[in-house]
Amino acid sequence: MDFLHNFIFGVYPYIATTVFLLGSWIRFDHEQYTWKSDSSQLLSKSGMRFASNFFHYGILGLFLGHVAGLLTPHAVFLALGVSDMAHQWLAIVAGTLFGGACLLGAVVLWLRRLANTRVRAASRWMDINILGWLALTAAAGLFTIPFSIQHANAGNAETMIRLANWVQSILYLHPDPSLVKEVDPAYKFHMFLGMSVFLFFPFTRLVHIWSAPFGYLARAYQIVRAKRVH
Amino acid sequence: MKVRAQFALAFNLDKCIGCHTCSVTCKNVWTNRKGVEYAWFNNVESKPGIGYPKQWENQEIWRGGWELADGRLQLKSGSKLSRLLNIFANPDMPQIDDYYEPFTFDYARLQNAPLSEAAPTARPVSQITGEKMDKVTWGPNWEDDLAGEYDKRARDVNMKGLEKRIYSQFQNTFHMYLPRICNHCLNPACVAACPSGSLYKREEDGIVLADQDKCRGWRMCVSACPYKKMFYNWESGKAEKCIGCYPRVESGMPTVCSESCVGRIRYNGIMLYDADRIEELAATANEQDLYEAQRRIFLDPNDAGVIAAARRDGIPESWIEAARMSPIWKMAMEWKIAFPMHPEFRTLPMVWYVPPLSPVQSAIDQGELPTEPDGAIPQAGAMRLPLQYLASLFTAGQERPIFEALDKMMAMRSYQRSVHVDGKADTRALERAGLSEQQAIDMYRLLAIANHEDRFVIPTGQAEIKLEDAFGFQGQNGFTFGNDSSPGISGHSLFPERRKETVESNEPAPAAGER
Repeated sequence: MDFLHNFIFGVYPYIATTVFLLGSWIRFDHEQYTWKSDSSQLLSKSGMRFASNFFHYGILGLFLGHVAGLLTPHAVFLALGVSDMAHQWLAIVAGTLFGGACLLGAVVLWLRRLANTRVRAASRWMDINILGWLALTAAAGLFTIPFSIQHANAGNAETMIRLANWVQSILYLHPDPSLVKEVDPAYKFHMFLGMSVFLFFPFTRLVHIWSAPFGYLARAYQIVRAKRVH
Repeated sequence: MKVRAQFALAFNLDKCIGCHTCSVTCKNVWTNRKGVEYAWFNNVESKPGIGYPKQWENQEIWRGGWELADGRLQLKSGSKLSRLLNIFANPDMPQIDDYYEPFTFDYARLQNAPLSEAAPTARPVSQITGEKMDKVTWGPNWEDDLAGEYDKRARDVNMKGLEKRIYSQFQNTFHMYLPRICNHCLNPACVAACPSGSLYKREEDGIVLADQDKCRGWRMCVSACPYKKMFYNWESGKAEKCIGCYPRVESGMPTVCSESCVGRIRYNGIMLYDADRIEELAATANEQDLYEAQRRIFLDPNDAGVIAAARRDGIPESWIEAARMSPIWKMAMEWKIAFPMHPEFRTLPMVWYVPPLSPVQSAIDQGELPTEPDGAIPQAGAMRLPLQYLASLFTAGQERPIFEALDKMMAMRSYQRSVHVDGKADTRALERAGLSEQQAIDMYRLLAIANHEDRFVIPTGQAEIKLEDAFGFQGQNGFTFGNDSSPGISGHSLFPERRKETVESNEPAPAAGER
C-alpha cells in the first residue's frame, strides 16, 4: 500500500508532467494540423452558449484558483493578512461556484456529445473520454467540499496546508508523498484524476489551451505575409 | 503611397446563364473532402433569394463585416476583447443547417433491393451521420431559377424598400444570377477577426489564405466574413476558404471557376492600389460613397509616378505591364460598368460585377417600352430588374452609377446593331451615354467576344526572381516524406487520426457475383 501511495503521489506527478510537456512539444512540432479546439458548434448550436461558457469559465476559474491557492507560499498569505481560515473559506466558496459551473457545463456538453447524432458522428473516442474525465474530476473535487467545510467548522486548516505543501514539494523537486498520507481519500481520488488530466493532455483536444490567443488583443487587425526573403 | 498589386476578378452578370459549371469544377477540385461536403467556395445564387447560407447578406443576423464606431473602423461583431470573451461559443456562428445538411443518396439500394413490384428508391443519406434522412429540406441551390415560394425569397434584404407585392405578380417578376466566391478583400474582416492570426493576405497578389497549421478553430472568421465565404471544416476543425486557385494563378493560369466558365463571363486581372489608403477609404462616412471610395484606392498603371512607385515597392515589371492591360481596370475604372458587391460591408471586395441587363423583347415589340433612337434597343431605365434592387446589391443604394453603367451597355448594343444590321454607324446613343466609338468597340470586344487572352491577363508569380536559391528549391514540392501531400500517418498513432473519406451509404453496392 505504501508503495502505491508513494508511486501515485511521488512518481506519478512527474510522469504526468513529463508526458504533458514532451507530448505537447512533439505534437506541436509534428502534427500542428491537429492542434485545434475542435469545436462542434457548426454541427449543433443549441445550448452551446450556456453549456460551453459555463464549462469553460468554470474550469478557468478552477485552474486559476488552484494555482493561486496551492502554489502561493504560506508565508505570502500570512504577509497579505489572509488567515488560514479565510483562505479555507475562500477556497470552499470559489471551488463550489466554479466547480458547480464547470460540472454543470461539462455534463450538458457530455450528454450532447453522446446524444446528438451529428456531434457523436464527428467525435473521436478521445473527445468523449476526456470530457467525461473532466466532469468526473470536477465532481470528485466538489465531493471534497463537505470535508473541507467540516475542517473549516472545526477551525482546522491542517489538511489544506498539507495539500499545498505537497504540491509545492512536487514543484520544488523534493516530492514528499507522506504529506498527503493521512488526508481523506476523497482528496486523493480527486488528485489522482486531476494529475491524469495532464497525462492525457497531449493526446486530446486540450492542447488548444496552450494556444489561448491573448496576442490577438495587441495585434494589428490586418496581416500581410510576403513570400520573398527579406 | 505604398503600391501593392491585387489579383482581382470581374463577373459579367449580363452573360451568366446560371449553369453552375463554375461551382461544380470548384467543388470537384477543392471541397470534395470530408468535413467540407457542405462548403461551396464558388456558388451561383438566383436573385432575389435569401441565398447560401440562408440570409447571408443580413448582417443584423450574422454581424459580419465592418462598421464605423465614432468614425473609426471596427468589426461589427464588436471589440477584440468581446470576441475573445465569446470564444467558447461564438454567438454569431451559423449552424450547418443554415447552409444545408450535406447528403448523398443510397445508390446501392438500386442494385441490391430484393425484386419487388415497385421500383426501388435511393433514399438520401446524411454525409455527417451516415443515417438516412427523411427528406432533403434545403440544399446549396434551393432557390434555383426562382424555385420556392415568393414570400420566402422576398426576404432577400435587397428587396427592402421595394414594393414586394408588385414584384410577386408574374408579369413583373425579375430574376438574375449571382455567382459568388471569396472577394479577396483589401480590408478583409475574416483576417481581422482571426484570434490566432492564421488568416493572411499575400503581399504579392493579395490572395487571402488560411494557414492550416496555425488555425486553431476559434471560428470567428466564419461569422466575421459578411459574404459567408469562410467555412469551418467540421472534420479537421480548421477554417477553409477559396484560395483563389493560387497554384494556377502563380503559373499564369486563370482560376478554375473562371477557366471553366461556359458563358465566358469571368475576367482575371491585376489592379494596382495604394495600401496606405485602405483604412481611410474603408472608413468613408457615407455608405453610398463607398463605391467611389473603392475606385479611388486604385492607382493608374499608365501614370509615370505610379509606375516609379510600383518599381520602388518591388512590383515586377511584368505585373505593371499586366495592370496596364487589366480587363478589371477597363471595366471598373475606364468604363465604370463594374461594381463591388455590397461595398457597405467596408471590406473593399476585389470581385467586381457588371450588372445584368434585362430587356423585355415582347414589350418592345408591342411598343410599350421606351427605346434608343434606333427603335429596337430598350433604354436602360426601362429594364425588368428594378434599378433599386441592383443598387442595393452593388452601390449601397445609389442608383445613378448603376443606371449609367446599364446605359453604356445598351448604347454599345445600339451602336453595334446599327453597324451590323443597318450597315451604317449610328452614334446617337453613344453620345448620350458618353462613350466614344473606340470605347464601344473595345467594350464589344471584351464583353461580347471575350477572347481568352482578353479575359485573363495574369502574370506568373515569378518564383524564379523571388527565390534566393532556386536550385535549392527544386525537388521540394510534389512528393514529400512528411505531412504535406501524403497522409503522413502510418498505422496506429496516439494522436488523433485524420479521417479522410466522406460519408457514403452504409450499405455499399454489392460486388459482382455477390447478388
